[in-house]
Amino acid sequence: MANSRGVCVLETIDLACWRGERAVFAGVGLAVKPGDAVLLLGRNGAGKSSLLRVLAGLLAPAAGHIAWQGRDVREDPAAHARRLRYLGHLDALKPALTVRENLAFHAALTGGEVAPALEALGLSALAELPGRMLSAGQRRRLALARLALSPAEIWLLDEPTLGLDAASVERLGDLLAAHRARGGMVVAATHLPLPLPGAGEFRL
Amino acid sequence: MRAFLAVLGRELRLALRHPADALAAVLFFLLVAALFPFGVGPAPETLSRLAPGALVASALLAALLPLDRMWGAEAEDGSLDLLLLSGLHPALIALAKAAGHWLTTGLPLILATPIAAAMLNLPTEAWGVAMLALALASLVLSLLGTAGAALTLGARRGGVLLPLLVLPLAIPAVIFGAAAIEAAGTEANARPMLLLLGALAALALPLAPLAAGAALRGE
Repeated sequence: MANSRGVCVLETIDLACWRGERAVFAGVGLAVKPGDAVLLLGRNGAGKSSLLRVLAGLLAPAAGHIAWQGRDVREDPAAHARRLRYLGHLDALKPALTVRENLAFHAALTGGEVAPALEALGLSALAELPGRMLSAGQRRRLALARLALSPAEIWLLDEPTLGLDAASVERLGDLLAAHRARGGMVVAATHLPLPLPGAGEFRL
Repeated sequence: MRAFLAVLGRELRLALRHPADALAAVLFFLLVAALFPFGVGPAPETLSRLAPGALVASALLAALLPLDRMWGAEAEDGSLDLLLLSGLHPALIALAKAAGHWLTTGLPLILATPIAAAMLNLPTEAWGVAMLALALASLVLSLLGTAGAALTLGARRGGVLLPLLVLPLAIPAVIFGAAAIEAAGTEANARPMLLLLGALAALALPLAPLAAGAALRGE
């Protein structure tokens, strides 16, 4: 994260996405600077989740491309994957594994310490509980704990606060603030108010 | 390497938490093998003639059972997205899953082989070769099946499509596997057949994960 503030490092150029015969969105030009947060707004089906998946590299755009520091990210998809954390609307939790084991698996993939990440989301007391015992909000917190594992430049969040109580939203706010203070970027799709002061809005 | 071991380790841990899945495949294997004596009659010579082919075919059918959930479960809970974003090459993810399938399904089937062999009246001197042949044949199936499961992921009725796709590709493994066991039963040399089976596994080892990886990325 050596970039000086004010320079757009993540950009989308004329991005389009098709689902079957139907254009979900087209001509999307998004620019994000270090420390910036962008809220994706739009009605249901406007393509917020699809845009996040395209940004993550999970979905190929029908047209246009994504640039990181001016270079097309398709030149090195593995490097792009390493610099981002993607939180989909699914929690990617294995019900048979304990909370700690679930997070330890992701820690092995992306690096980072499990215990502080559990602490950051208030999950330490539940660490030995199997995933199937968790409530919807607790599952979401476990998914969010992946963000606290290790720093990454881009966070792509799809409805991050879904099912969270007020205290957990506050914890997420702390995580987001620390991430942006490090120069991290956030692109989030949501219908709920997010603790992202000064976030830009992008309407799809 | 760490990520590869993490994927493999999670496969093994999940299998240990759900031992019924591996047990189901073993019981399916034994039941299919037990159907042959009912079908062809209990005459010992007929059975031992039939035993090599019946053993390999029932083991491969049983090994197919857990395959249709291999990627389906990962895709449904969102884990697949994160695996693909882990920076681990998709072919290595597929290799880890194939290794996990072989260790959790293939290995129990090999251990159960003597029981099925006894039911089919296979001469005891061929049991060792039978286990070795099934080890290699199930390895081939784990690799082919991983690619097949990746290709049929998201397809409607993928569970039916998968065997239709994988079993024809597994025919060489059935031929050489059964021939090796038969050779061992008649005190002929089983080595060439086992080597051919090993060659199949060596061929599938790099190709099938690459195919699976390409299919996953295209999803």
